Amino acid sequence: MAEFAQQIVSGLASGAIYASLALALVLIYRSTDVINFAQGEMATFTTYTAWSLMHHGMSYWPAFALTLAIAFAGGVAVERVVIRPVERRPELVIVIVTIGLLLTINATIGWIWGADVKAFDSPFPNNTWDVHSVTISVQDVGTLGVCLLTVFLLWGFFRFTTVGLAMRAVAINPNASRLLAVRVGWMLALGWGLAAVLGAVAGMMAAPTVFLDPSMMLVILIYAFAAAVLGGIDSPAGAVVGGLSLGVVINLLSRYVNFVGTELRLPTALAVLLVVLIIRPQGLFGHKVVRRV
Amino acid sequence: MPLLELSGVEARYGPIKALHDVTLTLDDGEVVALLGANGAGKTTTLRAISGTVRRSGNVSFGGRSLGRRSPESIAKLGIAHVPEGRGLFPELTVWENLRMGAYVRGERKTIRAEAPRVLGYFPWLEERKTQQAGTLSGGEQQMLALARALVSRPRLLMLDEPSLGLAPTIVAEIFRIVRELNTEDGLSVLVVEQNAKIALESSARAYVLEVGRVAVEGASAELERHEGVRKSYLGY
Ligand SMILES: Nc1ncnc2c1ncn2[C@@H]1O[C@H](COP(=O)(O)OP(=O)(O)OP(=O)(O)O)[C@@H](O)[C@H]1O
Ligand SMILES: [Mg+2]
Repeated sequence: MAEFAQQIVSGLASGAIYASLALALVLIYRSTDVINFAQGEMATFTTYTAWSLMHHGMSYWPAFALTLAIAFAGGVAVERVVIRPVERRPELVIVIVTIGLLLTINATIGWIWGADVKAFDSPFPNNTWDVHSVTISVQDVGTLGVCLLTVFLLWGFFRFTTVGLAMRAVAINPNASRLLAVRVGWMLALGWGLAAVLGAVAGMMAAPTVFLDPSMMLVILIYAFAAAVLGGIDSPAGAVVGGLSLGVVINLLSRYVNFVGTELRLPTALAVLLVVLIIRPQGLFGHKVVRRV
Repeated sequence: MPLLELSGVEARYGPIKALHDVTLTLDDGEVVALLGANGAGKTTTLRAISGTVRRSGNVSFGGRSLGRRSPESIAKLGIAHVPEGRGLFPELTVWENLRMGAYVRGERKTIRAEAPRVLGYFPWLEERKTQQAGTLSGGEQQMLALARALVSRPRLLMLDEPSLGLAPTIVAEIFRIVRELNTEDGLSVLVVEQNAKIALESSARAYVLEVGRVAVEGASAELERHEGVRKSYLGY
Protein backbone atom coordinates (compact mmCIF):
# COMPACT_ATOMS: atom_id res chain seq x y z
CA MET A 1 0.00 0.00 0.00
CA ALA A 2 2.74 2.43 0.98
CA GLU A 3 4.63 1.52 -2.16
CA PHE A 4 1.50 2.14 -4.20
CA ALA A 5 1.03 5.63 -2.77
CA GLN A 6 4.66 6.37 -3.50
CA GLN A 7 4.25 5.30 -7.10
CA ILE A 8 1.25 7.61 -7.42
CA VAL A 9 3.22 10.58 -6.15
CA SER A 10 6.10 9.97 -8.52
CA GLY A 11 3.58 9.42 -11.33
CA LEU A 12 2.05 12.80 -10.51
CA ALA A 13 5.49 14.42 -10.61
CA SER A 14 6.26 13.20 -14.12
CA GLY A 15 2.62 13.81 -15.05
CA ALA A 16 2.96 17.45 -14.00
CA ILE A 17 5.82 17.83 -16.46
CA TYR A 18 3.72 16.31 -19.26
CA ALA A 19 0.84 18.54 -18.17
CA SER A 20 2.92 21.73 -18.42
CA LEU A 21 4.11 20.92 -21.90
CA ALA A 22 0.65 19.70 -22.92
CA LEU A 23 -0.80 23.00 -21.73
CA ALA A 24 1.76 24.82 -23.87
CA LEU A 25 0.59 22.82 -26.88
CA VAL A 26 -3.07 23.57 -26.11
CA LEU A 27 -2.41 27.31 -25.70
CA ILE A 28 -0.94 27.48 -29.16
CA TYR A 29 -3.48 25.12 -30.66
CA ARG A 30 -6.32 27.32 -29.43
CA SER A 31 -4.90 30.52 -30.85
CA THR A 32 -2.94 29.39 -33.91
CA ASP A 33 -4.88 26.18 -34.74
CA VAL A 34 -1.77 24.06 -35.10
CA ILE A 35 0.28 21.67 -33.00
CA ASN A 36 3.63 23.31 -32.41
CA PHE A 37 6.07 20.49 -33.06
CA ALA A 38 8.93 22.73 -31.94
CA GLN A 39 7.52 23.10 -28.41
CA GLY A 40 9.84 20.42 -27.02
CA GLU A 41 12.95 21.86 -28.68
CA MET A 42 12.07 25.35 -27.48
CA ALA A 43 11.91 23.87 -23.97
CA THR A 44 15.24 22.13 -24.44
CA PHE A 45 16.86 25.33 -25.65
CA THR A 46 15.69 27.27 -22.61
CA THR A 47 16.81 24.49 -20.28
CA TYR A 48 20.30 24.69 -21.79
CA THR A 49 20.12 28.44 -21.28
CA ALA A 50 19.42 27.85 -17.60
CA TRP A 51 22.35 25.43 -17.46
CA SER A 52 24.66 28.08 -18.94
CA LEU A 53 23.48 30.70 -16.47
CA MET A 54 24.20 28.35 -13.57
CA HIS A 55 27.44 27.25 -15.16
CA HIS A 56 28.52 30.89 -15.06
CA GLY A 57 27.86 31.04 -11.36
CA MET A 58 24.25 32.06 -11.01
CA SER A 59 22.36 30.23 -8.29
CA TYR A 60 19.33 28.13 -9.09
CA TRP A 61 16.26 30.31 -8.53
CA PRO A 62 17.61 33.51 -10.07
CA ALA A 63 18.69 31.45 -13.08
CA PHE A 64 15.24 29.84 -13.15
CA ALA A 65 13.50 33.23 -13.16
CA LEU A 66 15.82 34.72 -15.76
CA THR A 67 15.32 31.65 -17.95
CA LEU A 68 11.54 32.11 -17.82
CA ALA A 69 11.97 35.73 -18.92
CA ILE A 70 14.26 34.66 -21.76
CA ALA A 71 11.80 31.91 -22.75
CA PHE A 72 8.97 34.42 -22.85
CA ALA A 73 10.89 36.83 -25.04
CA GLY A 74 12.03 33.96 -27.24
CA GLY A 75 8.49 32.64 -27.67
CA VAL A 76 7.21 36.09 -28.62
CA ALA A 77 10.08 36.53 -31.06
CA VAL A 78 9.50 33.14 -32.69
CA GLU A 79 5.85 34.02 -33.31
CA ARG A 80 6.64 37.46 -34.69
CA VAL A 81 9.52 36.38 -36.90
CA VAL A 82 8.75 32.81 -37.96
CA ILE A 83 5.03 32.20 -37.62
CA ARG A 84 3.62 35.60 -38.51
CA PRO A 85 4.67 35.49 -42.19
CA VAL A 86 2.72 32.24 -42.65
CA GLU A 87 -0.10 33.05 -40.21
CA ARG A 88 -2.80 33.15 -42.90
CA ARG A 89 -1.55 30.15 -44.84
CA PRO A 90 -3.17 26.71 -44.60
CA GLU A 91 -2.56 24.90 -41.31
CA LEU A 92 -0.33 22.31 -42.98
CA VAL A 93 2.08 25.08 -43.99
CA ILE A 94 2.29 26.31 -40.41
CA VAL A 95 2.82 22.77 -39.12
CA ILE A 96 5.69 22.31 -41.54
CA VAL A 97 7.18 25.60 -40.41
CA THR A 98 7.09 24.36 -36.81
CA ILE A 99 8.84 21.16 -37.89
CA GLY A 100 11.49 23.27 -39.60
CA LEU A 101 11.79 25.23 -36.38
CA LEU A 102 12.24 21.98 -34.46
CA LEU A 103 15.16 20.97 -36.68
CA THR A 104 16.71 24.42 -36.59
CA ILE A 105 16.58 24.73 -32.82
CA ASN A 106 17.85 21.19 -32.38
CA ALA A 107 20.85 21.88 -34.63
CA THR A 108 21.48 25.19 -32.86
CA ILE A 109 21.56 23.45 -29.49
CA GLY A 110 24.12 20.95 -30.74
CA TRP A 111 26.16 23.75 -32.25
CA ILE A 112 26.22 25.88 -29.09
CA TRP A 113 26.40 23.27 -26.35
CA GLY A 114 27.60 20.10 -28.07
CA ALA A 115 25.91 16.72 -28.08
CA ASP A 116 27.30 15.24 -24.88
CA VAL A 117 24.98 14.64 -21.94
CA LYS A 118 25.20 17.16 -19.10
CA ALA A 119 24.03 16.93 -15.52
CA PHE A 120 21.47 19.50 -14.43
CA ASP A 121 21.06 20.56 -10.81
CA SER A 122 17.83 20.11 -8.98
CA PRO A 123 16.70 22.86 -6.61
CA PHE A 124 15.27 20.23 -4.28
CA PRO A 125 17.20 18.13 -1.76
CA ASN A 126 17.71 14.51 -2.67
CA ASN A 127 16.01 13.07 0.40
CA THR A 128 12.62 11.73 1.34
CA TRP A 129 9.80 12.40 3.76
CA ASP A 130 8.03 9.68 5.65
CA VAL A 131 4.34 10.29 5.94
CA HIS A 132 2.53 7.40 7.67
CA SER A 133 5.14 4.91 6.48
CA VAL A 134 4.82 6.23 2.90
CA THR A 135 8.19 7.36 1.61
CA ILE A 136 7.79 10.44 -0.55
CA SER A 137 10.65 11.92 -2.51
CA VAL A 138 11.09 15.64 -1.97
CA GLN A 139 12.21 15.89 -5.58
CA ASP A 140 8.80 14.61 -6.74
CA VAL A 141 6.85 16.91 -4.47
CA GLY A 142 8.93 19.90 -5.54
CA THR A 143 8.48 19.14 -9.24
CA LEU A 144 4.75 18.72 -8.80
CA GLY A 145 4.56 21.93 -6.78
CA VAL A 146 6.48 24.07 -9.27
CA CYS A 147 4.48 22.80 -12.26
CA LEU A 148 1.13 23.17 -10.56
CA LEU A 149 2.01 26.65 -9.28
CA THR A 150 2.89 27.71 -12.82
CA VAL A 151 -0.38 26.32 -14.16
CA PHE A 152 -2.28 28.01 -11.37
CA LEU A 153 -0.66 31.41 -12.01
CA LEU A 154 -1.43 31.07 -15.69
CA TRP A 155 -5.04 30.21 -14.92
CA GLY A 156 -5.28 33.34 -12.76
CA PHE A 157 -3.80 35.41 -15.57
CA PHE A 158 -6.39 34.21 -18.08
CA ARG A 159 -9.22 34.39 -15.59
CA PHE A 160 -8.62 37.73 -13.92
CA THR A 161 -6.66 40.07 -16.18
CA THR A 162 -7.81 42.16 -19.11
CA VAL A 163 -5.04 40.89 -21.36
CA GLY A 164 -5.87 37.30 -20.42
CA LEU A 165 -9.50 37.92 -21.34
CA ALA A 166 -8.49 39.50 -24.65
CA MET A 167 -6.27 36.50 -25.41
CA ARG A 168 -9.17 34.14 -24.81
CA ALA A 169 -11.38 36.31 -27.04
CA VAL A 170 -8.79 36.26 -29.83
CA ALA A 171 -8.57 32.47 -29.64
CA ILE A 172 -12.35 32.25 -30.10
CA ASN A 173 -12.93 34.92 -32.73
CA PRO A 174 -9.98 37.00 -33.97
CA ASN A 175 -12.07 39.04 -36.43
CA ALA A 176 -14.58 40.10 -33.83
CA SER A 177 -11.72 40.89 -31.43
CA ARG A 178 -10.10 43.18 -33.98
CA LEU A 179 -13.33 45.19 -34.23
CA LEU A 180 -13.12 45.69 -30.46
CA ALA A 181 -9.64 47.21 -30.86
CA VAL A 182 -7.67 44.14 -29.74
CA ARG A 183 -4.26 43.89 -31.40
CA VAL A 184 -4.68 40.30 -32.49
CA GLY A 185 -1.11 39.75 -33.69
CA TRP A 186 0.37 40.74 -30.35
CA MET A 187 -2.06 38.54 -28.46
CA LEU A 188 -0.95 35.56 -30.54
CA ALA A 189 2.69 36.42 -29.86
CA LEU A 190 1.93 36.68 -26.15
CA GLY A 191 0.39 33.20 -26.32
CA TRP A 192 3.60 31.85 -27.83
CA GLY A 193 5.57 33.59 -25.10
CA LEU A 194 3.50 32.00 -22.34
CA ALA A 195 3.68 28.59 -24.02
CA ALA A 196 7.46 28.92 -24.11
CA VAL A 197 7.44 29.75 -20.39
CA LEU A 198 5.47 26.58 -19.66
CA GLY A 199 7.91 24.60 -21.78
CA ALA A 200 10.85 26.10 -19.92
CA VAL A 201 9.34 25.06 -16.60
CA ALA A 202 8.76 21.54 -17.92
CA GLY A 203 12.32 21.35 -19.26
CA MET A 204 13.97 22.59 -16.09
CA MET A 205 11.89 20.24 -13.95
CA ALA A 206 12.60 17.26 -16.19
CA ALA A 207 16.33 17.87 -16.65
CA PRO A 208 17.60 16.63 -13.25
CA THR A 209 16.16 13.16 -13.94
CA VAL A 210 16.43 12.81 -17.72
CA PHE A 211 19.71 14.79 -17.95
CA LEU A 212 20.50 17.47 -20.48
CA ASP A 213 20.96 16.38 -24.03
CA PRO A 214 19.68 17.82 -27.29
CA SER A 215 16.85 15.30 -27.55
CA MET A 216 15.84 15.28 -23.88
CA MET A 217 12.30 16.54 -24.56
CA LEU A 218 11.49 14.17 -27.40
CA VAL A 219 9.79 11.49 -25.34
CA ILE A 220 8.26 14.06 -23.01
CA LEU A 221 6.80 15.87 -26.01
CA ILE A 222 5.16 12.64 -27.17
CA TYR A 223 3.65 12.14 -23.72
CA ALA A 224 2.53 15.77 -23.80
CA PHE A 225 0.84 15.23 -27.19
CA ALA A 226 -0.88 12.20 -25.75
CA ALA A 227 -1.95 14.17 -22.67
CA ALA A 228 -3.26 17.07 -24.74
CA VAL A 229 -5.26 14.80 -27.03
CA LEU A 230 -6.47 12.80 -24.05
CA GLY A 231 -7.75 15.99 -22.42
CA GLY A 232 -9.35 17.16 -25.65
CA ILE A 233 -6.67 19.26 -27.44
CA ASP A 234 -8.63 22.52 -27.07
CA SER A 235 -9.11 22.25 -23.32
CA PRO A 236 -6.51 23.68 -20.91
CA ALA A 237 -8.06 21.87 -17.94
CA GLY A 238 -8.08 18.71 -20.04
CA ALA A 239 -4.37 19.05 -20.77
CA VAL A 240 -3.55 19.29 -17.08
CA VAL A 241 -5.81 16.42 -16.03
CA GLY A 242 -4.64 14.42 -19.06
CA GLY A 243 -0.98 14.98 -18.20
CA LEU A 244 -1.34 14.10 -14.53
CA SER A 245 -3.40 10.97 -15.18
CA LEU A 246 -1.11 9.83 -17.96
CA GLY A 247 1.87 10.19 -15.61
CA VAL A 248 0.17 8.14 -12.92
CA VAL A 249 -1.19 5.44 -15.22
CA ILE A 250 2.15 4.95 -16.98
CA ASN A 251 4.01 4.81 -13.71
CA LEU A 252 1.65 2.25 -12.18
CA LEU A 253 1.57 0.10 -15.29
CA SER A 254 5.33 0.00 -15.65
CA ARG A 255 5.70 -0.83 -11.96
CA TYR A 256 2.98 -3.44 -11.54
CA VAL A 257 2.44 -4.94 -14.97
CA ASN A 258 5.57 -6.92 -15.60
CA PHE A 259 5.69 -6.96 -19.36
CA VAL A 260 5.35 -3.16 -19.58
CA GLY A 261 8.50 -2.42 -17.59
CA THR A 262 10.42 0.57 -18.90
CA GLU A 263 10.74 -0.42 -22.54
CA LEU A 264 7.03 -0.52 -23.29
CA ARG A 265 6.10 2.73 -21.54
CA LEU A 266 5.65 4.73 -24.71
CA PRO A 267 3.55 2.15 -26.61
CA THR A 268 1.47 1.74 -23.46
CA ALA A 269 0.82 5.46 -23.30
CA LEU A 270 -0.36 5.37 -26.90
CA ALA A 271 -2.56 2.35 -26.21
CA VAL A 272 -4.22 4.18 -23.30
CA LEU A 273 -4.74 7.14 -25.57
CA LEU A 274 -6.27 5.02 -28.30
CA VAL A 275 -8.72 3.35 -25.93
CA VAL A 276 -9.87 6.68 -24.52
CA LEU A 277 -10.32 8.15 -27.98
CA ILE A 278 -12.39 5.19 -29.14
CA ILE A 279 -14.72 5.68 -26.18
CA ARG A 280 -14.65 9.49 -26.25
CA PRO A 281 -13.47 10.85 -29.61
CA GLN A 282 -13.44 14.44 -28.36
CA GLY A 283 -11.14 13.56 -25.46
CA LEU A 284 -11.98 13.89 -21.79
CA PHE A 285 -12.74 17.62 -21.73
CA GLY A 286 -12.85 18.59 -25.39
CA HIS A 287 -15.71 20.01 -27.34
CA LYS A 288 -17.48 17.76 -29.78
CA VAL A 289 -16.83 18.98 -33.27
CA VAL A 290 -20.23 19.20 -34.87
CA ARG A 291 -20.05 18.95 -38.62
CA ARG A 292 -22.91 20.63 -40.36
CA VAL A 293 -23.54 19.49 -43.87
CA MET B 1 -19.46 68.74 -41.79
CA PRO B 2 -20.86 65.21 -41.65
CA LEU B 3 -19.62 62.79 -38.98
CA LEU B 4 -19.01 60.08 -41.56
CA GLU B 5 -18.25 60.58 -45.20
CA LEU B 6 -17.56 58.03 -47.93
CA SER B 7 -16.80 59.16 -51.44
CA GLY B 8 -15.95 56.99 -54.42
CA VAL B 9 -15.22 54.01 -52.21
CA GLU B 10 -14.19 50.79 -53.91
CA ALA B 11 -13.51 47.52 -52.12
CA ARG B 12 -12.37 44.10 -53.20
CA TYR B 13 -11.94 40.56 -51.94
CA GLY B 14 -8.88 39.38 -53.81
CA PRO B 15 -9.80 39.71 -57.48
CA ILE B 16 -13.53 40.19 -56.77
CA LYS B 17 -14.66 43.79 -56.66
CA ALA B 18 -17.53 44.12 -54.19
CA LEU B 19 -17.93 47.92 -54.08
CA HIS B 20 -17.62 49.96 -57.26
CA ASP B 21 -18.42 53.46 -56.17
CA VAL B 22 -20.09 54.14 -52.85
CA THR B 23 -20.67 57.70 -51.74
CA LEU B 24 -22.63 58.42 -48.60
CA THR B 25 -22.71 60.68 -45.58
CA LEU B 26 -24.02 60.51 -42.05
CA ASP B 27 -24.47 63.51 -39.79
CA ASP B 28 -23.79 63.54 -36.09
CA GLY B 29 -26.90 62.31 -34.27
CA GLU B 30 -28.48 60.79 -37.35
CA VAL B 31 -29.85 57.28 -37.98
CA VAL B 32 -29.13 56.18 -41.54
CA ALA B 33 -30.29 52.92 -43.11
CA LEU B 34 -28.40 50.99 -45.77
CA LEU B 35 -30.64 48.72 -47.82
CA GLY B 36 -30.12 46.35 -50.71
CA ALA B 37 -30.54 42.82 -51.99
CA ASN B 38 -28.27 39.90 -51.11
CA GLY B 39 -24.75 40.54 -52.29
CA ALA B 40 -25.35 44.24 -52.99
CA GLY B 41 -22.38 45.20 -50.82
CA LYS B 42 -23.98 46.34 -47.57
CA THR B 43 -21.72 44.31 -45.33
CA THR B 44 -18.71 45.29 -47.40
CA THR B 45 -19.58 48.96 -46.97
CA LEU B 46 -19.47 48.57 -43.18
CA ARG B 47 -16.20 46.66 -43.51
CA ALA B 48 -14.78 49.44 -45.65
CA ILE B 49 -15.56 51.86 -42.82
CA SER B 50 -14.14 49.69 -40.03
CA GLY B 51 -11.06 48.89 -42.10
CA THR B 52 -11.60 45.13 -42.39
CA VAL B 53 -11.64 44.91 -46.18
CA ARG B 54 -9.19 46.23 -48.76
CA ARG B 55 -10.54 49.51 -50.05
CA SER B 56 -9.70 52.65 -51.94
CA GLY B 57 -11.43 55.98 -52.25
CA ASN B 58 -12.10 58.31 -49.39
CA VAL B 59 -13.49 57.40 -45.98
CA SER B 60 -13.41 60.03 -43.27
CA PHE B 61 -14.78 60.13 -39.77
CA GLY B 62 -15.03 63.26 -37.61
CA GLY B 63 -12.96 65.08 -40.23
CA ARG B 64 -10.13 62.54 -40.12
CA SER B 65 -9.27 60.29 -43.02
CA LEU B 66 -9.49 56.60 -42.16
CA GLY B 67 -7.28 55.88 -45.18
CA ARG B 68 -4.57 53.55 -43.96
CA ARG B 69 -5.69 53.11 -40.39
CA SER B 70 -5.92 49.64 -38.89
CA PRO B 71 -9.26 48.25 -37.63
CA GLU B 72 -7.97 48.65 -34.06
CA SER B 73 -7.24 52.33 -34.46
CA ILE B 74 -10.55 52.94 -36.24
CA ALA B 75 -12.36 51.32 -33.31
CA LYS B 76 -10.44 53.64 -31.00
CA LEU B 77 -11.87 56.66 -32.82
CA GLY B 78 -15.29 55.61 -31.55
CA ILE B 79 -16.76 53.41 -34.28
CA ALA B 80 -18.48 50.31 -32.92
CA HIS B 81 -19.19 47.72 -35.60
CA VAL B 82 -21.59 44.91 -34.71
CA PRO B 83 -20.73 42.58 -37.58
CA GLU B 84 -22.84 40.18 -39.59
CA GLY B 85 -23.34 37.15 -37.35
CA ARG B 86 -22.93 39.39 -34.25
CA GLY B 87 -19.28 38.53 -33.49
CA LEU B 88 -19.93 37.34 -29.96
CA PHE B 89 -17.59 35.03 -28.06
CA PRO B 90 -19.90 32.07 -27.41
CA GLU B 91 -17.61 30.33 -24.90
CA LEU B 92 -17.16 33.49 -22.83
CA THR B 93 -19.77 34.58 -20.32
CA VAL B 94 -22.21 37.41 -20.92
CA TRP B 95 -20.20 39.60 -18.56
CA GLU B 96 -16.89 38.77 -20.23
CA ASN B 97 -18.41 39.69 -23.59
CA LEU B 98 -19.45 43.04 -22.15
CA ARG B 99 -15.96 43.55 -20.71
CA MET B 100 -14.55 43.01 -24.19
CA GLY B 101 -16.73 45.88 -25.36
CA ALA B 102 -14.96 48.07 -22.81
CA TYR B 103 -11.49 46.98 -23.95
CA VAL B 104 -11.07 49.82 -26.43
CA ARG B 105 -11.21 52.50 -23.72
CA GLY B 106 -9.45 50.70 -20.89
CA GLU B 107 -11.43 47.71 -19.77
CA ARG B 108 -11.60 48.07 -16.01
CA LYS B 109 -12.61 51.68 -15.58
CA THR B 110 -14.87 51.67 -18.62
CA ILE B 111 -16.89 48.60 -17.66
CA ARG B 112 -17.40 50.04 -14.18
CA ALA B 113 -18.54 53.38 -15.54
CA GLU B 114 -20.67 52.17 -18.45
CA ALA B 115 -22.23 48.89 -17.32
CA PRO B 116 -25.03 50.48 -15.24
CA ARG B 117 -26.15 52.67 -18.13
CA VAL B 118 -26.10 49.81 -20.64
CA LEU B 119 -27.80 47.36 -18.29
CA GLY B 120 -30.51 49.99 -17.95
CA TYR B 121 -31.49 49.19 -21.52
CA PHE B 122 -31.15 45.43 -21.04
CA PRO B 123 -31.99 44.74 -17.39
CA TRP B 124 -32.31 40.97 -17.99
CA LEU B 125 -28.57 40.79 -18.77
CA GLU B 126 -27.89 41.39 -15.10
CA GLU B 127 -29.18 37.93 -14.07
CA ARG B 128 -27.44 36.27 -17.02
CA LYS B 129 -23.98 37.69 -16.33
CA THR B 130 -22.31 34.36 -15.63
CA GLN B 131 -24.05 32.44 -18.41
CA GLN B 132 -22.10 31.48 -21.54
CA ALA B 133 -23.08 33.79 -24.37
CA GLY B 134 -23.52 30.85 -26.74
CA THR B 135 -26.37 29.52 -24.65
CA LEU B 136 -28.51 32.66 -25.11
CA SER B 137 -31.34 32.67 -27.64
CA GLY B 138 -30.80 34.42 -30.97
CA GLY B 139 -32.63 37.55 -29.88
CA GLU B 140 -30.75 37.68 -26.58
CA GLN B 141 -27.46 37.28 -28.44
CA GLN B 142 -28.30 40.17 -30.74
CA MET B 143 -29.12 42.33 -27.72
CA LEU B 144 -25.87 41.29 -26.03
CA ALA B 145 -23.97 42.25 -29.18
CA LEU B 146 -25.70 45.64 -29.12
CA ALA B 147 -25.03 46.04 -25.39
CA ARG B 148 -21.36 45.16 -25.90
CA ALA B 149 -21.05 47.82 -28.59
CA LEU B 150 -22.70 50.40 -26.31
CA VAL B 151 -20.30 49.73 -23.44
CA SER B 152 -17.60 51.49 -25.48
CA ARG B 153 -19.78 54.61 -25.70
CA PRO B 154 -19.28 54.87 -29.46
CA ARG B 155 -19.72 58.01 -31.52
CA LEU B 156 -21.02 55.84 -34.35
CA LEU B 157 -22.80 52.53 -34.02
CA MET B 158 -22.86 50.27 -37.09
CA LEU B 159 -25.30 47.36 -37.08
CA ASP B 160 -25.24 44.65 -39.73
CA GLU B 161 -28.69 43.10 -40.15
CA PRO B 162 -29.73 43.06 -36.52
CA SER B 163 -33.10 41.57 -37.51
CA LEU B 164 -31.68 38.48 -39.22
CA GLY B 165 -33.45 35.32 -38.10
CA LEU B 166 -35.36 36.95 -35.26
CA ALA B 167 -39.07 37.03 -34.43
CA PRO B 168 -40.91 40.27 -35.30
CA THR B 169 -41.52 41.26 -31.67
CA ILE B 170 -37.81 40.96 -30.90
CA VAL B 171 -36.89 42.94 -34.01
CA ALA B 172 -39.31 45.65 -32.92
CA GLU B 173 -37.76 45.68 -29.45
CA ILE B 174 -34.24 46.04 -30.84
CA PHE B 175 -35.19 48.92 -33.11
CA ARG B 176 -37.12 50.57 -30.27
CA ILE B 177 -33.90 50.58 -28.22
CA VAL B 178 -31.88 51.91 -31.16
CA ARG B 179 -34.34 54.80 -31.61
CA GLU B 180 -34.25 55.51 -27.88
CA LEU B 181 -30.44 55.61 -27.89
CA ASN B 182 -30.63 58.02 -30.77
CA THR B 183 -33.21 60.40 -29.32
CA GLU B 184 -31.97 60.28 -25.71
CA ASP B 185 -28.20 60.07 -26.10
CA GLY B 186 -27.89 61.47 -29.62
CA LEU B 187 -26.15 58.30 -30.77
CA SER B 188 -25.37 58.18 -34.51
CA VAL B 189 -26.34 54.89 -36.14
CA LEU B 190 -25.66 53.31 -39.52
CA VAL B 191 -27.86 50.25 -39.85
CA VAL B 192 -27.73 47.65 -42.62
CA GLU B 193 -31.02 45.84 -43.15
CA GLN B 194 -32.92 43.53 -45.44
CA ASN B 195 -36.02 44.29 -43.40
CA ALA B 196 -36.58 47.56 -45.24
CA LYS B 197 -39.85 48.37 -43.52
CA ILE B 198 -38.55 48.63 -39.98
CA ALA B 199 -35.26 50.16 -41.12
CA LEU B 200 -37.06 52.96 -42.98
CA GLU B 201 -39.42 53.53 -40.06
CA SER B 202 -36.48 53.88 -37.70
CA SER B 203 -34.17 56.06 -39.76
CA ALA B 204 -34.08 59.63 -41.01
CA ARG B 205 -32.37 58.88 -44.30
CA ALA B 206 -31.55 55.79 -46.30
CA TYR B 207 -29.36 54.54 -49.13
CA VAL B 208 -30.19 51.63 -51.40
CA LEU B 209 -27.21 49.71 -52.78
CA GLU B 210 -27.27 47.73 -56.00
CA VAL B 211 -24.22 45.71 -57.06
CA GLY B 212 -21.75 47.84 -55.18
CA ARG B 213 -23.22 51.25 -56.06
CA VAL B 214 -25.68 53.62 -54.44
CA ALA B 215 -28.83 53.32 -56.59
CA VAL B 216 -31.30 55.40 -54.60
CA GLU B 217 -30.92 57.75 -51.67
CA GLY B 218 -33.17 60.09 -49.76
CA ALA B 219 -35.27 60.72 -46.69
CA SER B 220 -36.62 57.45 -45.32
CA ALA B 221 -40.20 58.69 -45.37
CA GLU B 222 -39.87 59.44 -49.06
CA LEU B 223 -38.23 56.10 -49.87
CA GLU B 224 -41.17 54.35 -48.23
CA ARG B 225 -43.34 55.92 -50.96
CA HIS B 226 -40.74 55.48 -53.73
CA GLU B 227 -42.20 53.22 -56.42
CA GLY B 228 -39.05 51.13 -57.10
CA VAL B 229 -38.06 50.78 -53.44
CA ARG B 230 -41.59 49.75 -52.54
CA LYS B 231 -41.73 47.09 -55.25
CA SER B 232 -38.26 45.67 -54.65
CA TYR B 233 -37.83 45.95 -50.91
CA LEU B 234 -41.18 46.47 -49.26
CA GLY B 235 -43.11 44.00 -51.38
CA TYR B 236 -46.22 45.97 -52.32
N1 LIG C 1 -15.12 37.05 -47.94
C1 LIG C 1 -15.50 37.23 -49.22
N2 LIG C 1 -14.75 36.72 -50.23
C2 LIG C 1 -15.10 36.90 -51.52
N3 LIG C 1 -16.18 37.57 -51.90
C3 LIG C 1 -16.98 38.09 -50.96
C4 LIG C 1 -16.68 37.94 -49.57
N4 LIG C 1 -17.65 38.56 -48.86
C5 LIG C 1 -18.50 39.06 -49.76
N5 LIG C 1 -18.11 38.79 -51.03
C6 LIG C 1 -18.80 39.20 -52.27
O1 LIG C 1 -18.91 40.61 -52.26
C7 LIG C 1 -20.18 41.02 -52.73
C8 LIG C 1 -20.85 41.89 -51.69
O2 LIG C 1 -21.07 41.11 -50.52
P1 LIG C 1 -21.67 41.68 -49.17
O3 LIG C 1 -21.48 40.63 -48.14
O4 LIG C 1 -21.12 43.01 -48.91
O5 LIG C 1 -23.21 41.80 -49.53
P2 LIG C 1 -24.45 42.12 -48.59
O6 LIG C 1 -25.17 43.23 -49.22
O7 LIG C 1 -24.02 42.29 -47.19
O8 LIG C 1 -25.30 40.78 -48.75
P3 LIG C 1 -26.21 39.99 -47.68
O9 LIG C 1 -27.50 40.69 -47.64
O10 LIG C 1 -26.34 38.63 -48.29
O11 LIG C 1 -25.48 39.99 -46.40
C9 LIG C 1 -20.94 39.75 -53.05
O12 LIG C 1 -20.85 39.53 -54.42
C10 LIG C 1 -20.21 38.67 -52.30
O13 LIG C 1 -20.28 37.46 -52.98
MG1 LIG D 1 -24.34 41.24 -45.44
